[in-house]
Amino acid sequence: MTDQNSKNKPKSKSRRSFLIKGGIGTLGLMALGTYVFRNPMRRKMYEMTETLVVPYSGTGTQANLWIEFTKDNTVVLHSPKVEMGQGTFTGLAQILADELDVNINQITVKAAETATGIVDGMSTGGSLSIAQLWQPLREMAATMREFVKSEGAKKMGVDVSSITTANGILTSGTQTLEYAGALEGVTEFNLPSTPELRPLKEYKSVGKPIKRIDLRPKIVGDPIFGMDAEMPNMLHAAVIRPEHIGSKLKHADISEAEKMPGVVRILEYDDWIGVIANSFAEALAAKNKIKTDWDIPKVWSEETLRDYLRVGQGDKMITQKSGAPLDPDGDGVVSMEFSSPIGAHAQLEPNGAVAHVTDGKATVILSTQVIGATQKQVAEALGFDMENVNIVGTYLGGGFGRRLNTSHAVKAAIMSREIGQPVKYFFTRKEEFQNDTFRPPTHHFMRGKMNDNGQLSALEHHYASGDVAINALIMPSVMTSVLGTDVGAMRGGNIMYANLERRRAVQWHKTLPFATSFWRSLGLLANTFAIESFIDEMALNAGRNPVDFRLSMLGTDEHQSRIRKVIEVAAEKAGYKEGASGNRAMGFAASIDAGAPCAQVVEVSVEGDTIKVEKVICAFDCGLAVNPDQVRAQCEGSIIMGISAVLHEKMTIKEGRLYPINYGAYDMALMKNSPRVIDIHLIQGVDHPLPVGEPPLGPIGAAIGNAVRRITGKRLTDLPMKLD
Amino acid sequence: MKVSFNINGEQKTVEVSDGNSPLLWAIRDGVGLKGTKFGCGKAACGACTIHVDGNAVRSCSFPVRMAEGKEITTIEGLSNDGVLHPVQQAWMDEVVPQCGYCQPGFMMATAAMLDKIPNPTDEDIDNNIINVCRCGTYYRMRKAIHRAAELNTKKNNSESTQ
Ligand code: FES
Ligand code: FES
Repeated sequence: MTDQNSKNKPKSKSRRSFLIKGGIGTLGLMALGTYVFRNPMRRKMYEMTETLVVPYSGTGTQANLWIEFTKDNTVVLHSPKVEMGQGTFTGLAQILADELDVNINQITVKAAETATGIVDGMSTGGSLSIAQLWQPLREMAATMREFVKSEGAKKMGVDVSSITTANGILTSGTQTLEYAGALEGVTEFNLPSTPELRPLKEYKSVGKPIKRIDLRPKIVGDPIFGMDAEMPNMLHAAVIRPEHIGSKLKHADISEAEKMPGVVRILEYDDWIGVIANSFAEALAAKNKIKTDWDIPKVWSEETLRDYLRVGQGDKMITQKSGAPLDPDGDGVVSMEFSSPIGAHAQLEPNGAVAHVTDGKATVILSTQVIGATQKQVAEALGFDMENVNIVGTYLGGGFGRRLNTSHAVKAAIMSREIGQPVKYFFTRKEEFQNDTFRPPTHHFMRGKMNDNGQLSALEHHYASGDVAINALIMPSVMTSVLGTDVGAMRGGNIMYANLERRRAVQWHKTLPFATSFWRSLGLLANTFAIESFIDEMALNAGRNPVDFRLSMLGTDEHQSRIRKVIEVAAEKAGYKEGASGNRAMGFAASIDAGAPCAQVVEVSVEGDTIKVEKVICAFDCGLAVNPDQVRAQCEGSIIMGISAVLHEKMTIKEGRLYPINYGAYDMALMKNSPRVIDIHLIQGVDHPLPVGEPPLGPIGAAIGNAVRRITGKRLTDLPMKLD
Repeated sequence: MKVSFNINGEQKTVEVSDGNSPLLWAIRDGVGLKGTKFGCGKAACGACTIHVDGNAVRSCSFPVRMAEGKEITTIEGLSNDGVLHPVQQAWMDEVVPQCGYCQPGFMMATAAMLDKIPNPTDEDIDNNIINVCRCGTYYRMRKAIHRAAELNTKKNNSESTQ
């Protein structure tokens, strides 16, 4: 049995595919677009985008394309989702094992090449992979199992109903047959209809903290990343592109560079120059010899940007509204201003691609979160039909949203076409820092008012942000006009506490002169920082315990009860104590993102100007944890990345350029900055998996700020928080 | 120019046009061992950490000509005949990696530290393990480092009693 006949793409007649359900991000919404322009309806939709798990959309939904059986009785899962550290491959293998009745050790998971026919309609992002594929993958696996049984029954000469399955083996009475044997010679996959799925309690792998399946390759240093890819006769490239915001290449002198050792060709285009050489070191050395002249229409600075992006400017949209607005100058109205800086992704593996374009066909190997969109970009740039462009996804050395636009694949493809040989092109770290699709800076005004019972009665969040989802490659522009707001910047921007007389959130959006986009958790990080810091301040003003204060603002429906639960669990497990003792204090904050509520208590110490997070206690309702150990890993990672963002990281604009351009100068949390204790408590508030890779980033900033407030009396309102 | 060194127990010669170019590329593209990673090229992240004559070195900033005649170990050579090095074993036990890209550098840095400080305190770890991990695996790494120190001590004890 070869993979041709087991994966038989062209031959299968009837294929059982799972149903693609419409939803936001797919056709359902676009069809609505023409008449849903009224703002109250839009706000209903914002509520949906906050909690809805967008269904999987993509091509190649036939089970036999995803699940490949090999001769040695193993199974290859061709996954439309990529593995970037979030543990998705492991979770998918667990799900597959339980409905297909194979052992997890028999499963290999690979990112599906576009040539397999499986192309994700959106991306690997939004922490959605497991949540989206939970239902369809179980259905496909169960269907495949039944198919294998029916083929096995024919070979064994028994009735299907007499067959049981386990570990990739069919058993009927005393007869046994491997799945591979059952499928021997099968060339047509006439798949049965989807059987009923098993009750959750029968799953043996799902719900267990098994070790991630990619552990060993990552420990012995196997070449699994895009950066490690090679093709025969491959050349190496380095690229020159604008360093100044908005600048255009006027003129370049390549005469000296051309004479450098190892240089094969230098290609000049309108806005970039490609230097192709025998080795990367040679390409880089030659690139450094090119003299360039730039046209810089406007020199941006930190100040001009700050004036440009402010609440009150740009496109306004009320994203949440109940009750009348507060009068900022009204009696008893408290206001506070917050901000967050430009953030870099700084994923360890630089962006890059290996491309080979020849005979009207292109192959590109790379680390990307958008295999489908990259295929389209390359096809368009080369003028090829989509089926002549194969995108091969690898393991990613970090994603965090940075690889939701991997248009550099186009540069690699163009260079390969010109030179007629495979070309490998990747960013230097400086290119990476200056050409990031940054987390946009934000500016916030919080307003609130207490009633006579010491209760917060009105709360408003006004927030300004650059693009997150707007102008994003994966966001159809129709979505922007339908929604009238940036739903990415909105994440965490609305107020989650329902028991308030008045609540309101207002977004101000502007597109900035440099690219900004998705950064792990999108608006959640900065929005929660502003909202939960302000609530804490209001609690302090009222002399109330911040935990009780929050609980009293919650309503009673299921959504509110799930938030209540994480708040109670975090406070109880941490033994939340109000006030500082010496230079140490606890801080509390909570948030809900993508339907997954999270509360954190941090223990912080302050030594001189240094803020140190000693301990984090986190309660997180992740729904059904397919792999609790990996959910924990995502919580730990989110907490540490959050600490890095709120205490350390900041990009600035100096004389029209983005700085810094390297690690170190771009201050990030290191080992010494990461808490010695991270205590995670998982809660299963619903019986299906929820997104887990981003929601725990919500509370961390405010929790730290709230602790610092108790130690020093200072309310820190600007990220990154600094005491000097 | 030609540069010869011993890498993971094998003698290799690489050809480079500039002796001052980084050893990292000679290892990755010349010898073809991809476990040593490029993160920054300026000695700022540690993804490229290897051992040169037993010392941890950031190979992106180590001129290839200086590798002449040296003993080099990379992540591929850290294990011995398929037996994982105690650091790698501890990393497996604690399920440290997420994306995994930074991990070889951290394991090489840890192995070198444990040679000098067999039982590091948390402060020793903070001061010596200064690589960058964007996925934020530091919490598990700290546990793995302590565990590796234990495994190392056990291994050494059993070797010395044999
Ligand atoms: S690549 Fe050498 S330290 Fe970053
Ligand atoms: S595991 Fe991804 S950078 Fe460390």
